[in-house]
Amino acid sequence: MTGIKEKGISYKDIVKKVGFPTIFIGGFWILLLIAGGFLGISMTTLLSDTIKRAGMNGILVLAMVPSIQSGTGPNFALPVGVVCGLFAIVCSIEIGFTGWAWLFASIAFAIPLAVIVGYLYGKLLNAVKGSEMTIATYTGFSIVAFMCLPWLVIPFQSKNMGWFIGKGLRETIQLDAIKGAQTLSNFLKFSLFGEKGFITFGGEKGIIIPTGMLLMFFICCVTVWLYFRSKSGIAISAGGINPMFAKSSGIDIDKCRIKANILSTIMAAIGIIVYSQGYGYAQLYTAPLNMAFPAVAAVLIGGATASRAKVFHVIIGVIIYQGLFTTALPVANLLFEGTDLSEILRMIIQNGIILYALTQVKGGDK
Amino acid sequence: MSDSLLSLKHVSKEYSGNKVLKDISIELKKGEIHALIGENGAGKSTLMNILFGMPVIHTTGGYEGAIEIEGKEVHIKSPHDAMNYGIGMVHQEFMLINGFTITENIKLNREITKPNLVSPVFGKRLETLDIKKMNEDARNALDILDMNIDEFLPVAGLPVGHMQFIEIAREIDKTGIKILVFDEPTAVLAEAEAKNLLNAIRKLSQKGIGIIFISHRLDEIIDVADTVTVLRDGEHVVTKNVKDTNKYEIAQLMVGRKINIERGEGINKNIVDETILNIKDLAVAMPGERVKGIDLSVKRGEIVGIGGLAGQGKLGLANGIMGIFPAKGEVEFEGNNLALNDPKTAIKSGIAFVSEDRKGVGLLLDESIESNIAFSAMQINNDFLINFGAVKLKDSAKIRSHAVKMIGDLDIRCTSSMQMVGSLSGGNQQKVCVARALTLKPTLLLVSEPTRGIDIGAKKLVLDLLKQLNNEGMTIVMTSSELAELRSICDRIVIICEGKVEGVLPPDAPDAEFGLMMSGSRHTEGSEA
Amino acid sequence: MNNAKTRERLNTPKTSTWVADNIVSLIFVAFTIFGFLVSDGVTINFFLTELSSRFFRNAFLVLSLVIPVVAGLGLNFGIVVGAMSAQIAIAIVRYFEFGGIAGLVLTFVLALPIAGLFGYFTGALYNKTRGQEMIASLMVCYFANGLYQFLFLFVVGVIIKVPKTHPMIKPDGVGVRMTVDLVPVENGGLKYALDKIWEIPFMWAILIVFACILLLQLWKIYRNKNNPALYRYNKTMVLINAALSTAMIALSIYSILTNSRLMIIRKVPVVTGLLIVALCVFNELILRTKLGQDFRSVGQSQHIAEVSGINVDKTRIIATIMSTVFASWGQIMYLQNMGTLNTYGAHTQIGMFSVAALLVGGASTQKAGVKHAVIGTLLFNSMFIMSPEIGLSLFGNALLGEYFRTFMVYGVIGLALGLHVWRTNKKGKITLN
Repeated sequence: MTGIKEKGISYKDIVKKVGFPTIFIGGFWILLLIAGGFLGISMTTLLSDTIKRAGMNGILVLAMVPSIQSGTGPNFALPVGVVCGLFAIVCSIEIGFTGWAWLFASIAFAIPLAVIVGYLYGKLLNAVKGSEMTIATYTGFSIVAFMCLPWLVIPFQSKNMGWFIGKGLRETIQLDAIKGAQTLSNFLKFSLFGEKGFITFGGEKGIIIPTGMLLMFFICCVTVWLYFRSKSGIAISAGGINPMFAKSSGIDIDKCRIKANILSTIMAAIGIIVYSQGYGYAQLYTAPLNMAFPAVAAVLIGGATASRAKVFHVIIGVIIYQGLFTTALPVANLLFEGTDLSEILRMIIQNGIILYALTQVKGGDK
Repeated sequence: MSDSLLSLKHVSKEYSGNKVLKDISIELKKGEIHALIGENGAGKSTLMNILFGMPVIHTTGGYEGAIEIEGKEVHIKSPHDAMNYGIGMVHQEFMLINGFTITENIKLNREITKPNLVSPVFGKRLETLDIKKMNEDARNALDILDMNIDEFLPVAGLPVGHMQFIEIAREIDKTGIKILVFDEPTAVLAEAEAKNLLNAIRKLSQKGIGIIFISHRLDEIIDVADTVTVLRDGEHVVTKNVKDTNKYEIAQLMVGRKINIERGEGINKNIVDETILNIKDLAVAMPGERVKGIDLSVKRGEIVGIGGLAGQGKLGLANGIMGIFPAKGEVEFEGNNLALNDPKTAIKSGIAFVSEDRKGVGLLLDESIESNIAFSAMQINNDFLINFGAVKLKDSAKIRSHAVKMIGDLDIRCTSSMQMVGSLSGGNQQKVCVARALTLKPTLLLVSEPTRGIDIGAKKLVLDLLKQLNNEGMTIVMTSSELAELRSICDRIVIICEGKVEGVLPPDAPDAEFGLMMSGSRHTEGSEA
Repeated sequence: MNNAKTRERLNTPKTSTWVADNIVSLIFVAFTIFGFLVSDGVTINFFLTELSSRFFRNAFLVLSLVIPVVAGLGLNFGIVVGAMSAQIAIAIVRYFEFGGIAGLVLTFVLALPIAGLFGYFTGALYNKTRGQEMIASLMVCYFANGLYQFLFLFVVGVIIKVPKTHPMIKPDGVGVRMTVDLVPVENGGLKYALDKIWEIPFMWAILIVFACILLLQLWKIYRNKNNPALYRYNKTMVLINAALSTAMIALSIYSILTNSRLMIIRKVPVVTGLLIVALCVFNELILRTKLGQDFRSVGQSQHIAEVSGINVDKTRIIATIMSTVFASWGQIMYLQNMGTLNTYGAHTQIGMFSVAALLVGGASTQKAGVKHAVIGTLLFNSMFIMSPEIGLSLFGNALLGEYFRTFMVYGVIGLALGLHVWRTNKKGKITLN
């Protein structure tokens, strides 16, 4: 009897420590991987895709950390930063940059833009304390919808972006045309267990490692991690956990929240640039509308809550989330031909996890 | 005994082994106004919780003793039962919905309905409201109180006094109301309104309703009550006919302790005749603890105690100085004017604060001891940081060594400096709070409720620590609800009542003096002792 | 304790002006008028035809949002769940090829338990996410949409075997087609099953509606005469309404008698109209019952309601169930008018659009009534009709107008929510006074 009891407790402890969503969804992924193995799906392709998609999405997910830590909840207004990044991409193409120059110019344009926009957005959040998540969602939606107008109206000249007939920018801009596709991903790219045994530089077979992109993700992670060990970052975290504690220690919480949301907006802007180069296309108009939800879901799957998140949660979360859906697609297709089961699964899991996190939010007093 | 309405017989209650009520017996007759008085924690609210069958009583093992209503023993298991037995309460905070009319508030969840076409099928909840009848009832209840205000007006915007009367009207509208409890009803009222209320209470009692009147205002008790019961530390001190006593006696009974206060050994203090803190007309908007104009000065090297009943504003003082709640007035610290509403400046100029709300304000419960201790000093004084140009990263090694030193100095019992604060005992948490304040190297320490919620042994340790700090030269302003602990270490005790300084007493002043001051019944001029 | 003070209180000037209170509605009126001025392609007939058909399509859905607001749940984006329930009911009815009025009634009956059940779950979820209901209601739509697709794309075909040859089912035998033809009512389907029962000319409808409004104003004045203290009313408003109604009555009688151009506006479905009126009346009447009073109590203060012995959680769930069921019926009315079921798209937008419409009518997250729903539906759809026209005539690009109206939908919701929270926070701020 006692043995069982002890086991029960230790099992519960593990669940508590790692978090129910992480175990549940992580376990599900592993199950799918095993199923995929039995069905003869190439594991190396699956892993390559997982790594690639995790690298593409990582920085967008990372943008959740500062906003959650500052107490404003997951950044449901991620599209705000995304739009900044897209605008920078477009400007950079318009000027005529290509390849690496395009990439760096985009990032260089995006950062100051994101600082200004993030500042204003932070101000907005301070005015609507208590309902940040709802307001953030609609701020994101509104900005994306609003930006459709400039995309259509601003007289950009570059032939790489416009419609062949008519005015305005294309919905999807091919980055191949400006040698921008996979610029970062192909940097120091190598493959494991590919053509030449263990490591093949520039290989196309085996597990492909897009070194440049991962490096970029890693740099951003370290930056955020370090920031939250600095004076300013520690103040932000304290303000997020316990605003009264922070206030009594002389911290201006409103300022902290603004700083955190600027950082989050910058991450979103850089994130979409990295994402676009990895994807090979920059998607304008309504494409960024629902971009916040996968990122929120990923960080929650990684073990974060609506009020606490770490860089570690981002890394775990983005790998599990992207891994699950890269695996689910071929497995579901093989098992149930002709159904769109993996997309359905994604909707249920992604939104279910966000709902679950919302039920855990305290402060909903009668 | 035919006119006995309510009798509590030998009622006792304990919360997890801790006796909070010991053998209380109270008789309430028809038409009697029975005053109940006692300090915070004397057991008044527990007694009322029992009378109203609040869930908190039954989830913690119920109570001992018996309750009789009109001679018959009853078992009140829920607030609903209490209502059925004719017991009503006028709350201190108004339970009124602003957007509703007076009638709707009086009839809240007791609306009169009449059947309509669909209600026979879908049940009583879909019956139509009978607004006309509801208005009539409300009218009657208001008439009993001599309120000729229109019952169909919205509550929003009514003066506070009116709102209180609507609360009362709601209670007397309940059918068969026999016993009415007033919980500090005059606390929020202006003088004229309070007078009106007392008249109304008298009138209700003349109609045969038994009234339990909880108040700390001795003058009111003498004025309106027939009998008075004094509770102290959960014990029934005395029940007296008001005619046979006076406020001086009641005050003494309320505060008095059987055990004498232990003042520490010969206190050889070096109180310098230099004013370190001078407060002029300070007003603080702390919810529930409003300060409405305090004048006070503190000398270097003193321990000044701030006492008073809950809700009177004693806690607001320190919170106001530190800028945690909006404040207005003049505060001079070490000869310089201190900017208010700015915690950073207050801390920078050398004032440290240990909050009364240890878990809510004082600590980050899910963080380690060392990060808690170092936090304020890092943010305000730039201690414990390594500078890389503009980037300032925390210096973990320095934090650890400082925390370890503090743990040793203050004797914080923990496994290591990395233990989560939330898992420490109350007394040790309090020491972490003090350690954080000391890390700021303050010249003035404001401590609020330092022994709240910690056990007796730990209490003594914390108080000794404060005394020791004071001996080393630190000026301390200590706010506490426990008069005994203020009297044990303070040099003088300032009593706050209704947001103002009521008076200043030496620690060895007689009990009655303290009692009268805390009840606001003895107005003394000035604030200097 | 006399009355003088409270009497004065009734006459104190309002803190905000009428214009500030109705700013959103006014912007939309101005926008529509502006549209008429700049675009030459829009005739009044086209506009009114479009507007009336859109109104009868959407009004019921918008009205279903009123009860949750009263009960303090805020704007219930979760009516999408009701819409999905309706589509499940329609799919069942369509699959077995029921149709006509009997089929339609069956759809309504089927939708009731389905929407009721899902409404219960949604309500329970709102109780778990207290304080965050609006974001939760949005997420619940996305989540439920996943389950809905699972049902329609996977369960139908893989778990429930269906014949490949059925016109609703995709050729490979798994899942429901993207669009399902609801078949005109004449051919035994559901299309126009409700609308076609009885139709009357547009101007006749105008005549009847405004005659009713005029009678209502007269009744208000009469009631006030009898008991001036109890039944107060805004005199200018009543007079304006009365004058406006009289003018509209005169106009409609004139066009009916002279058979003017206005008579060729598309006819109006009477039964649909009556159902909309019925829901309006229901929303009003429910507030006069005990249940309605509980909705209001809970909506104003959950704490006080709880202390007074009202079962707050249960009351909120009932409000959600009602809203979900009405939304499902609203969606049936919408789809029978559309004539085709866009299986995977018909429901996704209705939450946003209905909420935006309600807000445009002057509602907020805490105050909403029949009036807001009706006015909002009219104004919002006016904007919808005019937007592409303005884009076309000002910028030569109709797409611009379409993007603009999407922006207006989100913008209006965001603005209304933001303003509300901002005001509440400002009020709750601790000050020295």
